[in-house]
Amino acid sequence: MQSYDIVVIGGGPAGLAAAIEAKKNGIDSILLVERDRELGGILQQCIHNGFGLHIFKEELTGPEYAEKFIVELRKLGIEYRLDTMVLEIRQDKVVTAINSEDGFMMLKAGAIILAMGCRERTRGAINIPGTRPAGVFTAGTAQRFVNMEGYIVGKKVVILGSGDIGLIMARRMTLEGAKVLAVAELMPFSGGLTRNIVQCLDDYNIPLLLSHTVTEIKGKDRVEGVVIAEVDENRNPIYGTEKFFECDTLLLSVGLIPENELTQNAGIEMDPITLGPVVNEAMETSVEGIFACGNVVQVHDLVDFVTEESRKAGRSAAKYIKKELKTKGLMVNTKPGKGIRYIVPQRIRLENLDKTLDLFMRVDNVYKDMDMVVSIDGKEINRVKKRHVAPGEIETVKIKREDIIALDYSVITVSFEKEGA
Amino acid sequence: MYDVAIIGAGIIGTFVARELSRYDLKIILIEKDTDIANGTTKANSAVVHAGYDAEPGTLKAKLNVLGNSMFDKVCEELDVPFKRIGSFVIATDEEEMKSIKELYERGIKNGVPNMKILNRDEIKAKEKNLNEEIIGALYAPTAGIVCPWELAVALAENAADNGTKIVLDRKVTDIRKKEDGYCLYMDKETIETKYVINCAGVYAGEISKMIGDNTFEILPRRGQYNVLDKSAGNIVKHVIFQAPTEYGKGVLVTPTVHGNLLVGPDAEDINDRENTATTRDRIEFIRQASKKTVKSIPFNATITSFAGLRARPSTGDFIIEESKKAPGFINVAGIESPGLSAAPAIAEYVKDILKEISGALKEKQNFISNRRPVIRFVELNDEEKEQLIKKDPRYGRIICRCESITEGEIVDVINRNVGARTVDGVKRRVRPGMGRCQGGFCGPRVMEILARELGKEIMEITKDGKDSYILTSKTK
Repeated sequence: MQSYDIVVIGGGPAGLAAAIEAKKNGIDSILLVERDRELGGILQQCIHNGFGLHIFKEELTGPEYAEKFIVELRKLGIEYRLDTMVLEIRQDKVVTAINSEDGFMMLKAGAIILAMGCRERTRGAINIPGTRPAGVFTAGTAQRFVNMEGYIVGKKVVILGSGDIGLIMARRMTLEGAKVLAVAELMPFSGGLTRNIVQCLDDYNIPLLLSHTVTEIKGKDRVEGVVIAEVDENRNPIYGTEKFFECDTLLLSVGLIPENELTQNAGIEMDPITLGPVVNEAMETSVEGIFACGNVVQVHDLVDFVTEESRKAGRSAAKYIKKELKTKGLMVNTKPGKGIRYIVPQRIRLENLDKTLDLFMRVDNVYKDMDMVVSIDGKEINRVKKRHVAPGEIETVKIKREDIIALDYSVITVSFEKEGA
Repeated sequence: MYDVAIIGAGIIGTFVARELSRYDLKIILIEKDTDIANGTTKANSAVVHAGYDAEPGTLKAKLNVLGNSMFDKVCEELDVPFKRIGSFVIATDEEEMKSIKELYERGIKNGVPNMKILNRDEIKAKEKNLNEEIIGALYAPTAGIVCPWELAVALAENAADNGTKIVLDRKVTDIRKKEDGYCLYMDKETIETKYVINCAGVYAGEISKMIGDNTFEILPRRGQYNVLDKSAGNIVKHVIFQAPTEYGKGVLVTPTVHGNLLVGPDAEDINDRENTATTRDRIEFIRQASKKTVKSIPFNATITSFAGLRARPSTGDFIIEESKKAPGFINVAGIESPGLSAAPAIAEYVKDILKEISGALKEKQNFISNRRPVIRFVELNDEEKEQLIKKDPRYGRIICRCESITEGEIVDVINRNVGARTVDGVKRRVRPGMGRCQGGFCGPRVMEILARELGKEIMEITKDGKDSYILTSKTK
């Protein structure tokens, strides 16, 4: 059995950043395993620009962003294996994996970093009725076909869901000569970034139909059209509002799901809202020495946030190997309050905090002119004004270490309240 | 000139072909779709019924119980997964208790072995998650689950191994009686045969009319289902039916042989023999109806929905006989539930009819009863995995992440007799795309492998039928 101090599972932006950071923090024995044929993960198919504004202060394309990390990984001499699939992670940190060259491998790890990313929600998961012809793609699969394999998937397109990939693909398909008839969004607001709505839909006169959904797919062999209807406040289609759109393709951008089958099989505690593992301030899961970062923990909007979170996981794993991570001491939980769906991290060991605690969260609706209120065991410690928040963009709050006066199992709550209330 | 032409390569056509391939006969199996098992066979409950449903004395009753008992052998010979997990018919009140007792009596008459009526505690001991309101259940240990299309593909492959010619994408458009047999007209070619066996499923009535036999009709009845992720596959351990009431047969909740959970079907008579669309209200109906069995099935773990058509006969019973209008033309029609369960027995029954008509059938000396085993990578232990990858590195490359399917397995099912030609064909044989991502990741890779192995351009690869193209052009 081969042994490594750290095994990183996944070679997308999260795994790359985590491995690099662990190496920079003094760990030499690292192995990164990637199931695809190249490093970089989904970034490799995101050929549009706009990546890296926060970290690199410049607009990079996905592959350019990935390349920065891949070059650094190689320069640092971090070992990686491509086309390698992890089959199982055990609680004693033995990882089994296979590939064509090395065959069946058992790897003993001092620490593991989970960075498997996420997958797309499918037609089946959201239960769109109708026939089951060719021509229904998740937006990411279509993006892979167009940007990496070099093939167009359709000529007349309807897109369901206004997540970022859906918006990006509306523009991409248009640039490739396809006609995008409409983007339908179930919610009364878009789940994508505002800049993407402007640059990908408005600039090309593609209508965004809010509070609409696809109620039927038609066509025997290939999609021949879809029926779109308006939905009521309970998201049920309103009878009589159905309209037929003749098209050959339906793209779905209806959400991303953290890919946590390995995590769950390892018996790691999960958060039912994020669908990722519960993590602490060090991005460590409920199993000591197994860390997680990136979209496997929570679905991010910006790769820069993935990078930052993953650097933290890489640093923590290095500390853990060096036995510098404190496992004892006061432990506090976070809890989403009014208007918030989830908070990451879910647990905080105060001993490991530096100067501040960063919390990441998603709101459950669009809010205007609200206060974001942080309290510990019901006592307010922080209040920030927010002009506009939306579920499509992760909210963050920084809390000073000295403001956290807590007991073991105290609860830090974040909630949204009416301004000045 | 063929001895036998079988029309339709569903579970019945393939079972009949395999059975007849034991004998010295020149056989052709004709299918209008691009693949085996593309009609009713790919969209049903996948249950091998114990046999208490059908009226005693009917063909359905006789062939169900007999067919059920034949499953272990044929599935072992063909290396197809089959699990005899047993079934429950649940009752929630005295009225339903009465109806399951009737089923029990009927089962006894039909010859169903080892049935038992369970009380609440006995049910609880076998199934933890059933609705608390259930007061009793009919338990039949001989019921089982199988993957119908894998079985049909295996049967077709074995029939082909034994000399049966199989043609796909050939629709029979007309049949003419000749002096010594029949002439079958297809889109572009014609063939001659001594005997015809009509296994055309929902189209069996149409085929029968071609030789002037209008004595029955097939009335398609649609049923819709939800398939749930394997995370929900353990909710029940047996096939759980609801007691029939005056409002209908209820829906079933069952694990599938691959560990998913299946919920459905409803029943809806429709006219269009191609209409396998799902509808919002019917899916909602089966979800509601399932609550009687298990209060809270996690439907948020649904990975897909589908609909299939039952080939309901106007006569009420299976129609398996030589047509009175056309000697040498055998109808095997109206094979609705329990058709899958009865299929092995139906094949033997058809063989007996053919034997009688033709005078005698001569057994082949060299009949191959077993199919070359299928490697299922995920089921191997660590050491076997290690050995296999050493032998063939293609088994070290996982293509489908959700179901852990390797390139080696995909290449194998493309290159077998009656191999996969389409993305769905690969999916039906070896399951990439059957998992929670529904082919999102592996779809492009499967297309690549298909193109490479078949010597085609990737643009030519279709999802299923020949018009179900996936890619429209190259990028600019």
